[in-house]
Amino acid sequence: MTKQLRVDPTICSGHGLCAELLPELITLDEWGYPIVADGPVPRSLDRHVRRAVTDCPVLALRLLPAS
Amino acid sequence: MTYGTTVPHPAPEHGRPPRPGGTDAGLPRLLPAHGAVPVDLRTHLDRYGAPPYLGQAGRLIPVLKAAGLTGRGGAAFPVHRKLAAVAHAGTRPVVIGNGAEGEPASDKDKSLLWISPHLVLDGLQLAAEAVGSATVGLYLHRHPRLQDRLRSAVAQRAAAGLDQAMVEIIDAPPRFLAGEESALASRVNGGPAMPRFKPPMVFERGVVGRPTLVQNVETLAHLALIARFGAAWFRAAGTAAEPGSMLCTLHQADGRRDVLETGLGTPLHSLLALDGQVQAVLSGGYHGAWLPAADAARMTLSNVDLQPAGAFVGAGVLVALPADCCGIAEAARVARFLALESAGQCGPCFNGLPRIAAAMDEIARPRPDPRAVTDMFRWAALVQGRGACHHPDGSVRFIRSALHVFRDEITNHGQGRCVDPARRPFLPLPAGTALSAADWS
Repeated sequence: MTKQLRVDPTICSGHGLCAELLPELITLDEWGYPIVADGPVPRSLDRHVRRAVTDCPVLALRLLPAS
Repeated sequence: MTYGTTVPHPAPEHGRPPRPGGTDAGLPRLLPAHGAVPVDLRTHLDRYGAPPYLGQAGRLIPVLKAAGLTGRGGAAFPVHRKLAAVAHAGTRPVVIGNGAEGEPASDKDKSLLWISPHLVLDGLQLAAEAVGSATVGLYLHRHPRLQDRLRSAVAQRAAAGLDQAMVEIIDAPPRFLAGEESALASRVNGGPAMPRFKPPMVFERGVVGRPTLVQNVETLAHLALIARFGAAWFRAAGTAAEPGSMLCTLHQADGRRDVLETGLGTPLHSLLALDGQVQAVLSGGYHGAWLPAADAARMTLSNVDLQPAGAFVGAGVLVALPADCCGIAEAARVARFLALESAGQCGPCFNGLPRIAAAMDEIARPRPDPRAVTDMFRWAALVQGRGACHHPDGSVRFIRSALHVFRDEITNHGQGRCVDPARRPFLPLPAGTALSAADWS
């Protein structure tokens, strides 16, 4: 099943770790909050994506079924 | 304030539809034609009889599908799909009537609840039966007179044995976002009325984790009439694509403010006086969009007409802005309000909206810093689509449309001029300063 990355913005406090671990898909805005690339997550990045999701200090990053 | 059109209401006749399929399509349907006289239970029963329960969950859903009823709270989502989703989502669903009209420019839900509470309460019971729910609530602002009236209506119905489910009245805080579905669910759960991240959707997991149907009170009133008179009767008003009627709050350029029921597809120029004294029309309230008056005069009250122009029908707020009013200054006032009404949960929203509001204040000044416009568009792009709810998206829609429609006024400001140097406020906003963070519950 294809997955997509989403940030729960009510939990995210802008640590920015996700953008360091996954620069391919995540950049930070001028206030330090993540901007996540749209669309399904490429298979090749699976491992890095999981790492970013589990390492988010507030668990705001979610891997959800692609809509 | 006046209510309804000038078409006389038919003589009360037990359970008969008001003028089915007539030239006036039986309007007004929800509010009495003559003034704001509240309809008591006896009058309601004389006119409509008891709620027509169908004896089984699910039966009303195909009727609502045939009627083409959509949500009247602003999103225009097909009602039958929401009911079907809740009915199939699991056991013991919850049903909440949403009367928390947070839009400062809208009066229609308050008017409907005050004048025709039993249509709303009938709709609540019938919706609960349709999804198989025994847990029913009505979410209302902390307006003591309105709440007392609804409480006594609920008690009278219980005494008369009209209701299948007991109705609990739940307090909504006076916030713009208090009626957002997930904020409502959070409030009913005892938390603050703040939106949450989706998924799960409220129809999947809402109040106490159960599938929850949230319907605007006007939607419920239409549902109660469709259950009685059928889909064809409902479709006698409106257009094939957008059937039925809706309540609108009309703000005329001369300052008059009325609630009126009209069919979808009604020309905007027959709702608002759009002469040379009007420069623009706001459709859809403070999450809606501005239209130049000349464009609005060629459109009807329908998403088919409004959406290509970036606007929508929403909850029926229509404002005619006078020609001698500064559209940019008005938009700046609303931008400040929208920033203060952010729940402050999502980084892009609580960082972006105050900056956008400050940029709008700058653009509203004589000879503004030209960087303000560029900054504003950059921040608008940064907040869009990045909230747990649609507050940032709706706010940005409103502001972008203001900058487009009032672009000549921006040029004016650049030259140190303004159409209204006195800056008399026109758009309705709550008086006083913002409420504190504690006022979310």
